[in-house]
Amino acid sequence: MPNEQLTTRERRRERLDRGIKVRTEGLYALSSWKEMFYLLAPRIILILGLLLAPLLLDMYWQRVLCAAGIYALLALSFDFLAAYVGLVCLGGSFFIGSGAYISGLLNAKMGWAPFLTIPIATVAGAIVSTLVLLPCLRLRGIYFAITSFMFPLLTVNVIIALNIFGGTEGISALATYPNPWVDQYLILSVVIVALFTLRRLVNEDMGLILRSIKDNDQAVKASGISILSYKIKAVFIASLIGCFGGAYLSHLYGWVGISQFSLDFSILPIAATVMGGMGTLVGPVIGALILTPLSEALRGFGQLRVVLYCLILIGFIVYKPEGLMNYLQRKYHQFEHWEDV
Amino acid sequence: MDILIYGTVNSVVFALVAVGFTLVYGVSRLPNFAHGALYVLVGFLTWSLVNDFKVFYPLAILISLGISALLGALIYRLILIRLRGLPTSEIIASFAVGLIILEGLRLQGIGGFKGFIGPFYVLPAFIDSKLRIAGVLIDAQRLILIGGGLCVVAALWLFTHYTKTGLSLRAIAQDEQAAMMLGIDSDRAAVISLSIGSALAGLAAVIIFPLGNVTAEAGYRVLINALAVCIIGGLGSWAGAVLASFVLGFAMIISTALFGSVWESVVLVGAIILILIFRPSGLLGKQKELEERV
Repeated sequence: MPNEQLTTRERRRERLDRGIKVRTEGLYALSSWKEMFYLLAPRIILILGLLLAPLLLDMYWQRVLCAAGIYALLALSFDFLAAYVGLVCLGGSFFIGSGAYISGLLNAKMGWAPFLTIPIATVAGAIVSTLVLLPCLRLRGIYFAITSFMFPLLTVNVIIALNIFGGTEGISALATYPNPWVDQYLILSVVIVALFTLRRLVNEDMGLILRSIKDNDQAVKASGISILSYKIKAVFIASLIGCFGGAYLSHLYGWVGISQFSLDFSILPIAATVMGGMGTLVGPVIGALILTPLSEALRGFGQLRVVLYCLILIGFIVYKPEGLMNYLQRKYHQFEHWEDV
Repeated sequence: MDILIYGTVNSVVFALVAVGFTLVYGVSRLPNFAHGALYVLVGFLTWSLVNDFKVFYPLAILISLGISALLGALIYRLILIRLRGLPTSEIIASFAVGLIILEGLRLQGIGGFKGFIGPFYVLPAFIDSKLRIAGVLIDAQRLILIGGGLCVVAALWLFTHYTKTGLSLRAIAQDEQAAMMLGIDSDRAAVISLSIGSALAGLAAVIIFPLGNVTAEAGYRVLINALAVCIIGGLGSWAGAVLASFVLGFAMIISTALFGSVWESVVLVGAIILILIFRPSGLLGKQKELEERV
């Protein structure tokens, strides 16, 4: 019997970088078209895929694509905060809600056009979110997770109780976009810009500091860097992305209501992030693009959607914690074979 | 006098809800975000055992507590055991389990399951009568609640200080590596703590739910309350948790009496924020906790 176990252990999987991956590191990538293509292909496929998608879809799925873009933005901001700063924010819907309410109010009360309210709501919403999260930024791990989880629920309570901002009915009849192409290309281009900006950011000095705050904040403090100010900056960036999603959403549906603080906006991005691969930034976007249509197809089942995201979430976190993107990257950059030990 | 009595009731509610969560986190450093969901699940199970299957009420309570304890153990064995030491994954996974339970209870029309919506789910009180104490009308269930809460806290204290299992749990909580060297199985301790914690969540449910309706939303509220108590009291500190329950319980009742029930949840968050600013380690937390949370 013990022999059998031994035989299975005599093989192991060896992974080696592909030659082309090694050759394309550094400036040498410029030496041939093939190698430049190897580097650029995944990025171009993603960008072109996103930009061409509206042309291939019908009206209904175009709407779904817009929603997927919003979730992708939220997933990006969740991934940025969780994987690079170590702040697990369970209250992503707070970003959506604050962005949506600010742009909705500006549009309904002041009559400003969407191209004015969206930028204002993005920045103002991010400032509000950062200020609200400010006292909790000294916390780590579950403490931050739970306090951030409370804010959307609390805001809903306050809005219903005080009957402000339209109470339970919300604010309707907001200005919408002139045509569906503006709808889609606005959100898709923002997703692409946010994605590549964040990728650049996390490889800069600031990203290094943020990651070291996640890994060992005492050491960062000891180096004379204020971790609080970096956390504030990170939360501000993440909430900018989220609040843009909210402001965009309010004009997409022409309506703002308390359901914008609902759990969907908090949990789907998390599921998308875990599915796509935490820390890759591209993964969450792809996860959102997969999960949103899936949940749309299940719209008829009501709460089953949330149950489904959670099942996917647990499945991935337990059995495939690296996520889709890391898996694909490995296949792309490395080949593997079984090797006798 | 009103405030005094109902404040005490409210505080014991907080303590009951928080005690299971503190136990699990204290022993195995696992944040059990499914705590609120287990609480609601036990309420629902008891209700359906009593009403659909006509089980004798106390028996129904025992059965659903057993199921909840089993479920706690399963959550650890199947999911959390693979994620230990990864705080982010622990939070997300246990939160997802909680959501599956809570939102699953609200499903409708699948397999003849009616769904768990509406104000029809009321657990009967243990003794249906009202008493008058010092001029304040109070129903017997609330008195039972106070007694039950005190018994639970006392029983847990005795359990962790005078039984072998309880002592081993405390040993794991204090220093996992040293405890493992002395032959205490850390996984076993975590399973035990999670099942006790889940059963405690259930116990809180059967004591508290007769005061109102069984709703799925209660799950989120309970989770938040439990965490608020833990943050304010300082984790791992029993006395801190009890003290924090009383602080929060009275703060809420007083604010409700003064400004109306709207501000209940604002008081909760306000208290947390104040504590975080002035005493980051909680009311009775020690320096060690300060290091790990700030």
